[in-house]
Amino acid sequence: MTRIFTASAVALIASLSAANAATEIQWWHAMGGELGAKVEEIAKNFNESQSDYVIVPSYKGNYVETMTAAIAAFRAKEQPAIVQVFEVGTGTMIAAKGAIYPVYQLMADNSEPFDPASFLPAVAGYYTDTEGNMLSMPFNSSTPIMYYNKTVFEKAGLDPNAPPKTWAEMEAASKKIIESGAATCGFTTGWVSWIQTENLSAWHNQPIGSLENGFGGLDARLEVNGPVQVKHWENLKKWADEGLYKYAGPVGGDNAPPMFYSQECAMVMNSSGSRAAVVENSKDFDLGFAMLPYYDDVEGAPQNSIIGGATLWVLQGRDDAEYPGVAKFFTYLSSPEVQADWHQVTGYLPITTAAYDLSTEQGYYEANPGADTAIKQITLNAPTPNSKGLRFGNYVQIRTIIDEEFEALLAGNKDAQGALDAVVSRGNALIEEFQSQNQ
Amino acid sequence: MKRVFFNNRWLPWLLLAPQLIITAIFFLWPAAQAVWQSFLREDAFGLNTTFVGLANYKQLLNSSEYHNSFWVTFVFTTSVTVFTMAFALLMAIAVDRLIKSEKVYTTLLVWPYAIAPAVAGILWWFIFNPSIGILTYVLAQVGIRFNYVSDPTDAMILVVLASSWSRISYSFLFFLAGLQSVPGSLREAAAIDGAGPVKRFFTITLPLLSPTTFFLMVVNLVYAMFETFAVIDSTTYGGPAQSTNILVYKVYQDGFVGQNLGSSAAQSVILMAIVIVLTVIQFRYVEKKVAY
Repeated sequence: MTRIFTASAVALIASLSAANAATEIQWWHAMGGELGAKVEEIAKNFNESQSDYVIVPSYKGNYVETMTAAIAAFRAKEQPAIVQVFEVGTGTMIAAKGAIYPVYQLMADNSEPFDPASFLPAVAGYYTDTEGNMLSMPFNSSTPIMYYNKTVFEKAGLDPNAPPKTWAEMEAASKKIIESGAATCGFTTGWVSWIQTENLSAWHNQPIGSLENGFGGLDARLEVNGPVQVKHWENLKKWADEGLYKYAGPVGGDNAPPMFYSQECAMVMNSSGSRAAVVENSKDFDLGFAMLPYYDDVEGAPQNSIIGGATLWVLQGRDDAEYPGVAKFFTYLSSPEVQADWHQVTGYLPITTAAYDLSTEQGYYEANPGADTAIKQITLNAPTPNSKGLRFGNYVQIRTIIDEEFEALLAGNKDAQGALDAVVSRGNALIEEFQSQNQ
Repeated sequence: MKRVFFNNRWLPWLLLAPQLIITAIFFLWPAAQAVWQSFLREDAFGLNTTFVGLANYKQLLNSSEYHNSFWVTFVFTTSVTVFTMAFALLMAIAVDRLIKSEKVYTTLLVWPYAIAPAVAGILWWFIFNPSIGILTYVLAQVGIRFNYVSDPTDAMILVVLASSWSRISYSFLFFLAGLQSVPGSLREAAAIDGAGPVKRFFTITLPLLSPTTFFLMVVNLVYAMFETFAVIDSTTYGGPAQSTNILVYKVYQDGFVGQNLGSSAAQSVILMAIVIVLTVIQFRYVEKKVAY
């Protein structure tokens, strides 16, 4: 409530002070700290590049809070024109047909040049409907990679330039690290849901759900309890008991980065978007980058990893005068210069091929080894129906269920099969509910 | 009782108006909306709305997560109440015996009350953090692996401690005031009759403290049930595996995070019923018995 009041108060003051010329466009985002400063900078540069529109970015808290705030604002008819929504909110946004203004349509209505083919397929695919239309504007996309401590590898007698490629090598390396006393834990991970469940499935070309992981419609159901996922969860439990792996908490795994920075754990799997922070905090040791490990006995592995991060959605119901400005801003935002700069400063993926080429030309990858690990991993193979991404309603809650069942597995209350079966049955109950709400 | 008569029929209403309007806008109206919402099934944006009657309630009553949340709330509130009151009473008795330094100790013990629940939560979160927590380190030295991230019992201990800590101050003050109003002559008389300190405490002090105890019990129960949201949200997020997901936090999770407004509204209506029962108890028994 307060948030809405403050937001409208700010909007009121802003509109009074700039009442003379430019049209105000509200952009709600979830980028705090340094990322937030970068967002402000992008908006400022766009505002200075022309005089008809003023983009007003405002930070609304984390992804969940931002999405919730936008939905509440929509219900109160106070919505912003642009809102940043994380990838798991995609299902909810797409289903809200009367609330969203699909980006392909917005660009066509305002005759702005827009070519979906210029975006990286793994990025564009996630936000495209079955007819190939892009519904939201990719902004910050990332994918999980592995960071490892070369200094600890050396101490343990491992080759610091040959990080483990498979899970079998992970296990062996972790054992050696602990036995040699180089560190007390082999590896940890952020995001058990995103990295060790969803990406694990895509990376091994296994389905997360039916109907192309939910891209085919609201009838889709979860199928994440397949043999590969069960085997992996079973291993994680085993490795946790043996001390090779340390659980870092639910959602993003708050404790994963500190465990890696303090050299307690030698390896961590986390978002490529956290690259800047990892580099900043790893000054006491040599840092290495690697792709996610895979099981070499699974056919088709490694396939390609899937993205996380967020896109910009346009909401209906604002004044007609604002939408041409939104379209212009999107054109500006996806220009190679803006994208390459954003990519290089933050570690998020360059969302267009042009931005990737520009970064290569500028010598960014040569100067920053490992910065292209994420992009190589995401483009390793052409995405299959199992590795395009996922699209389910109520997925924010399903992520919570994945965490809970994983915790039940770690506590010894369930075995891996039981935990994943529960993820599927509890998750499907939510998906069914979402379907009945939206039909 | 003093009675006031007004000549103008409307004046009393006018004087009451500010309070009534505030109650209507900030309590009655949202409460009515919650009741109405609990009969609906709606998508997040409010584009499709269906009247489903009691379906949301039925679903809740059949949901094992909701049953779990009730059980968790029961364990949590009882632990917080008992721990807070026992510790506060102990402190109050200790301070009551002091003559010169009583004021200093009272001030020091009341300090934690000034700390916001969210801050208290973060504080304990750091102290018990599995990687960087100082108490975890000490416990590890004596062979105890305390990890609230993966162990449900440890998580419960953490939230109970964090919730009780600042609350002990409040109960302490009431107990101390209660103890000081117990007439010294009664205790002296009993001492002369040959009753030892333990016997004096249980037969004289404790019974005379009972109104205070009962009042604090109700107040602490209400606190543990409804005002500990910030502690949970800053430490465990209701986890691991829903082991600290109390009813209030579940309303937030389902409604705000999950955007399932119907079920969330039904849950808050149930909570409202619980509050009403607790308030009735408080008015019926506590207000009559407590003499300040």
